[in-house]
Amino acid sequence: MGLAAAAIAGFITLASTTSTEQSGLFRHLLPIFEKQSGIRVRVVALGTGQALDMGKRGDADVVFVHAKALEEKFVAEGHGVQRFEVMYNDFVLVGPKADPANTRGTKDIVAALQKIRAAQAPFASRGDKSGTHFAELQLWKAAGIDIASAKGPWYRDTGSGMGPTLNTAAGMNAYVLTDRGTWLSFKNRGELTILVQGDRRLFNQYGVILVNPAKHPHVKKKMGQAFIDWLVSPAGQAAIAAYKIGGEQLFFPNAKR
Amino acid sequence: MLDAIVSGLGLVATLDLRLWEIVGLSLAVSLSAVALATLLGLPLGAAIAVGRFPGRQAVIVVLNALMGLPPVVVGLFIYLLLSRAGPLGELGLLFTPQAMVVAQTVLVLPIIAALARQAVEDAWREYEEQLRSLGVDGLRGALTVLWDIRFSLLTAVLAGLGRASAEVGAVMIVGGNIDGVTRVMTTTIALETSKGDLPLALGLGVVLIAIVLVLNAAAHLIKEAAQRRYG
Amino acid sequence: MNGILPLRLEDVSFAAGGRTLIEQLSLTLEAGASTIILGANGAGKSVLMRLMHGLLAPSTGRVAWNAQGPRRRQAMVFQRPVMLRRSALANVVYGLAAAGVTGVERERLAREALAEVGLSHVAQRPARILSGGEQQRLALARAWALHPEVVFLDEPTANLDPGATREIETIIKAFDASGTKIVMSTHSLGQARRLGDEVIFLHQGRVAERAPIERFFPQPASPEAAAFVKGELPWA
Repeated sequence: MGLAAAAIAGFITLASTTSTEQSGLFRHLLPIFEKQSGIRVRVVALGTGQALDMGKRGDADVVFVHAKALEEKFVAEGHGVQRFEVMYNDFVLVGPKADPANTRGTKDIVAALQKIRAAQAPFASRGDKSGTHFAELQLWKAAGIDIASAKGPWYRDTGSGMGPTLNTAAGMNAYVLTDRGTWLSFKNRGELTILVQGDRRLFNQYGVILVNPAKHPHVKKKMGQAFIDWLVSPAGQAAIAAYKIGGEQLFFPNAKR
Repeated sequence: MLDAIVSGLGLVATLDLRLWEIVGLSLAVSLSAVALATLLGLPLGAAIAVGRFPGRQAVIVVLNALMGLPPVVVGLFIYLLLSRAGPLGELGLLFTPQAMVVAQTVLVLPIIAALARQAVEDAWREYEEQLRSLGVDGLRGALTVLWDIRFSLLTAVLAGLGRASAEVGAVMIVGGNIDGVTRVMTTTIALETSKGDLPLALGLGVVLIAIVLVLNAAAHLIKEAAQRRYG
Repeated sequence: MNGILPLRLEDVSFAAGGRTLIEQLSLTLEAGASTIILGANGAGKSVLMRLMHGLLAPSTGRVAWNAQGPRRRQAMVFQRPVMLRRSALANVVYGLAAAGVTGVERERLAREALAEVGLSHVAQRPARILSGGEQQRLALARAWALHPEVVFLDEPTANLDPGATREIETIIKAFDASGTKIVMSTHSLGQARRLGDEVIFLHQGRVAERAPIERFFPQPASPEAAAFVKGELPWA
C-alpha cells in the first residue's frame, strides 16, 4: 500500500466548511490525494463566510465552499484566481415525526416552508453566514416570505454550525434545513426524520478556488493548483462518488471538463 | 447520562493511535504554555510584590483582572496578529501548535503572575527585615523568597494548568482544529458534540478530567513531601 | 581602614501611624562596652534598634556611622529567627554570599561559625525543622560568620526557655570576647546584669538614663528606671 506513495512534498492549507468536514468526505478523500501526489492537505473547517474571509486574508491556499454567488464575488474582487465546479449534494428538510405543519409527502420545498410559516411551527436556522444559511435564506425568498420581518418566536437563530443546530432542533423538536451529509452522520436525532427531499432547488453546488498569489505571494500555488486539478480530474471525481455512508452516496461529482 | 459516559469510555478505550495523538498534543501544548508562563510569570509577580514604583496599585489591579481574560478573545487577538494579513503574518505561525502555545501562554501568564505576586507579597512580610538586614534587597530578595516558597507556588502553576487544559476558545481559533495537526482534546470534544456524537464527547471529557486530576494529585504529593522535608 | 564606630544619633525622631515613637533622641555608641537597651514594652527599644541598624529611616535627625562600610560590618539578630528553607549550613552561606564573600571561603567561614555555636552536628539538617533555641543559635552563627564590628540583638531570648536562653547568652559573651560590640535590647533585668557593661534606659521614646552597669544596679538614678527595676512599670 505504501510502496507507491510519493515522498511528502509539503502541505497546503484548505479553508472549507464544517458541513463538508463533518460529513467525513475529507477523511476519505485526502489520503487518496496524498498518496498520489505526496501533498498533505490541512483542512481548517469554518462556515462559508469565514472560509472565504480566510482566503481574503491569505491564511489559506485554497478555498472549497458551497455558495456560488459569494464565490463568484470572491473571484471578481480579485481574491481568487478561478472558480471550478466540483460536486453537488443536496439539502433535506428534517423535522419532528409528528410533523405539525404537515409537510410530509410533498417534494416542493417552497410549499413546505410556507406551511411551516403558516403553522408557526418551530424552525431552527443556522444564522451564521454559512453556505447552508445562505441557501435557506434564498428558499424563504423563493417562498415569497420576508423572513427578516416574518420571523417570530417560532424561528430560532442558533448562530452556529450544522451539528449544533441539529442538536438544538432535536432538543426543540423543530424543523431544520440540513445538508444530507451531515444528517447521515449525525447521531443525536431524537424525534427528527427527513420530511422533504428531491426538490431541484435543494441542490447544493460546491466550488473550489485557488487563492490569488498575486495578492498573497506566499500562497502555495503549484501545490494548490495540483489539488484543484486532481479534484476535477476523473480520478478525483471518482473518489468523490465512491464516498458513501450506509451505502448511500453523499456527493455527486459534476466538474466541467 | 451514566450510560452515555460508560459507552463513551468504552469507545475511548478501543480508540486508536489517533486518540493518543490528540491526548499527546493537548499535553504538549498546555504543558509548554504553562512552563513558559511560569518562567515569565513567577519573576514578574515577585518583582511587582517587592517593588515600589508609581502606579503599583494600578498594575496589581490590572494583573488580577487579566486572570479573567476570555480565551476566545485572546484567540481572536492572536489570530489577528498571526494572520497573513496581520503584523506577524510573515512568521507563518497560524494554524500550528506553536500558535496554540502562544495563545495559551498569554492566557495563563496573568494567572501565574498574579497568584505569585500575592504569595510573595505575603511571604515578604515574614522575610523582609531579615533579608534587608543581610543587605539583600530588591529583585535579589524577591527571587530568594520566590525560591523559598516554591512549593506553595505549585498551586499557582496548577491553576494555570487547569485553565490551559480546559479552554477551547483560544486553541480553536488560532489552531483551526486541523485533523492530525492542531486537534486537541477540548476541540475534539467540541467537534464530536457538534456532530451529535455525545457518548464519544463525554468519554473524551472524562479522560481529560482524569488527566488533570492525576497531575493535581502528583503536585499535591510533591508539596506534602517537601513540607515534611524542609519545614 | 576606619572602624564604623562610633555611631552617632543626632536629634533623631521617628513617627509612624500618627504616633511619635522616638522623640528627639541623641546618643553616641563607642566601641568596646556591651550596651544594653532596657525599657518596658512600648518604650521604643525595637524601633531604636532598627533605626541604628538602618532598617528604618528617621523622620527627623541623623544616624551617622564613623565610616561607610559594606553591610557585613554590622549584623542583627531578631527576636524571631527567620530561616530559609535550606540546610543550616546553607543559611549561613547565604548570609556570607550576600555580603560578597566568594568561593571556598564561604563554606569555610560558615562551618567555623556553626562550630562556634555548637551546631556542627546539624549542618545538613533543614534549618526550619530545628528547635527554636537551635534556630536562634543558627541566627547568631549567621551573624558571627560575617565577623561584624557591631551586632544588634533585639530581645533574642524573649521566646526561649531558660536552658536555651543560657546557651544564647554564652554565645553572646563569646561574641563580645571576640571583639564585636554588642548592642542588645531586653526587658530582663537579670540578663542585662549578666551581659552588659552599660545600660541605656528608654522611657516613652526618650533616653531617661544612661549609666554603667555597676551604677545602674542596684539603684538607678532616674525615677522611671527606678520604678521599672522595682517591677512597677510593666508598660511605658
